[in-house]
Amino acid sequence: MRWLSHTMRGRFLGGASLVAAAVIWQIVADFVVRNPFILPSFTDVASAFFGLLGSGILIQDLTTSLIHFAIGIGAAFLVGVPIGMAMGWFPDANTVADPIIEVIRPIPPLAWIPFAIVWFGLTPQSAGFVIFVGAVFPILISTFAGFRNVPKVFVEAGKVLGCTRSRDLIRYVALPAATPSIVSGIRIAMGVGWMCLVAAEMFGVSRFGLGQKIWWYYYLHQMPNVVVYMLVLGFIGLLLDRLFRHYVGNMLLKWQSGEVV
Amino acid sequence: MGGVSVKGLTKVFAREEGAGIVALENVNFDIRDKEFICLVGPSGCGKTTLLRIIAGLERATSGEVRIDGKEITGPDPSRGMVFQEYSLFPWKTVVGNVAFGLEMRGVPKDRRLSIADEYIRLVGLEQFRDSYPYELSGGMRQRVAIARALANDPDVLLMDEPFGALDAQTRNRMQKELLALWEKTRKTIVFVTHSVDEAVYLSDRILVLTPRPGTVHEAVDVPWPRPRDRTSTEFATIRRHVLRLIEDGEEPGKV
Repeated sequence: MRWLSHTMRGRFLGGASLVAAAVIWQIVADFVVRNPFILPSFTDVASAFFGLLGSGILIQDLTTSLIHFAIGIGAAFLVGVPIGMAMGWFPDANTVADPIIEVIRPIPPLAWIPFAIVWFGLTPQSAGFVIFVGAVFPILISTFAGFRNVPKVFVEAGKVLGCTRSRDLIRYVALPAATPSIVSGIRIAMGVGWMCLVAAEMFGVSRFGLGQKIWWYYYLHQMPNVVVYMLVLGFIGLLLDRLFRHYVGNMLLKWQSGEVV
Repeated sequence: MGGVSVKGLTKVFAREEGAGIVALENVNFDIRDKEFICLVGPSGCGKTTLLRIIAGLERATSGEVRIDGKEITGPDPSRGMVFQEYSLFPWKTVVGNVAFGLEMRGVPKDRRLSIADEYIRLVGLEQFRDSYPYELSGGMRQRVAIARALANDPDVLLMDEPFGALDAQTRNRMQKELLALWEKTRKTIVFVTHSVDEAVYLSDRILVLTPRPGTVHEAVDVPWPRPRDRTSTEFATIRRHVLRLIEDGEEPGKV
């Protein structure tokens, strides 16, 4: 009972704090700044939000962005995990691949935008590519670390139980042992990918997209709409992370004690 | 069957420069089928290395180990091993761990689960069948590890200080349970331990190794029936004898 009331109290305070922030925002916008271009008020933004939602355009932007995001993260997963596994398991693969990765990795993902456009044109793949560049290294490196740090005793226990081929050891011992590390790498990658999404879309790879519309409404000087897209980006980013943590994390890592991911 | 024969076994660990470290030198002994052997010796004498060579996890520099006449070339499910650290796969439940070896051998699911359940019952953990290792105590984890090794029906069970991390009471209980299991399954057991008390309580024969380079100092027979009384005079006599053998080899200041 006390625990429940404690949680309720927390929820109440959290909600109250958000309401207070909105009220202060409204007051500052209406009475201090008094210029909706510099600071749109809370009510301006709320009515812009319902307008954009009602016209269906917000949903279309969201769908487009999620497609870009899925392309980028999906490709990063498909490339990052196998390469990370190979580098973590076979020292030779690491020796060969590591110098190349160390040269490419520090290049900021946004620096790839010209080549993204040259290679893929103004397509969803082009935005996906920039997200891919941002997301692939966290996934690759955490997979590598997970494989490198598989406790030796698990590998040896696997061997004496008849799991002797490299392929089986990877599949039945190393991969499950490395899963927590891979999962946390994907989580980091999703955060980085979400940031890259906005920048990639600002370069006009599509007529839709959350990032694209921020730039578009800025050109039109419709600042309440810009704020709507900023808040939607933040909220969807949070939601994606929570969903991932809740479903994927709990499903794959229920064998871990304590906090997941 | 599970007779083990070790002949002229030498293990040298290579070092980057200079001569390698000789861990074991010309070790010779035979273990009869269904015999319970304990390996004891001062720290660093190569007991664990010897066990790992028998398991096939480590290669001998020269000499050979044969099980029922067949030379060992690598790890093999015919030799089960229980490790000192917790070696259960944390991502598998108790039953998943115990069935792992059978899964690797391609035993169909129904069959391997029923065999696993049988061994889980044997170590008294039916209630924890679907628990994950993190939910178990240290003693329970080692019981699962023993069940996992036995489920493969190995000829020889190798145990590397399996109770070393347990508290004294749990340890005594585990020793009793291990003997009961051994009576039931009649495996050849090679058991590495630091505890002379444990060795005298458990084994048919104690192989005392010398300090590095390790070699067999003396094989001490423990001929009495079990269960043994730890407080009896003959228990104390053998204990004293084995302890003296270990101390013999130890030079002062070289630990």
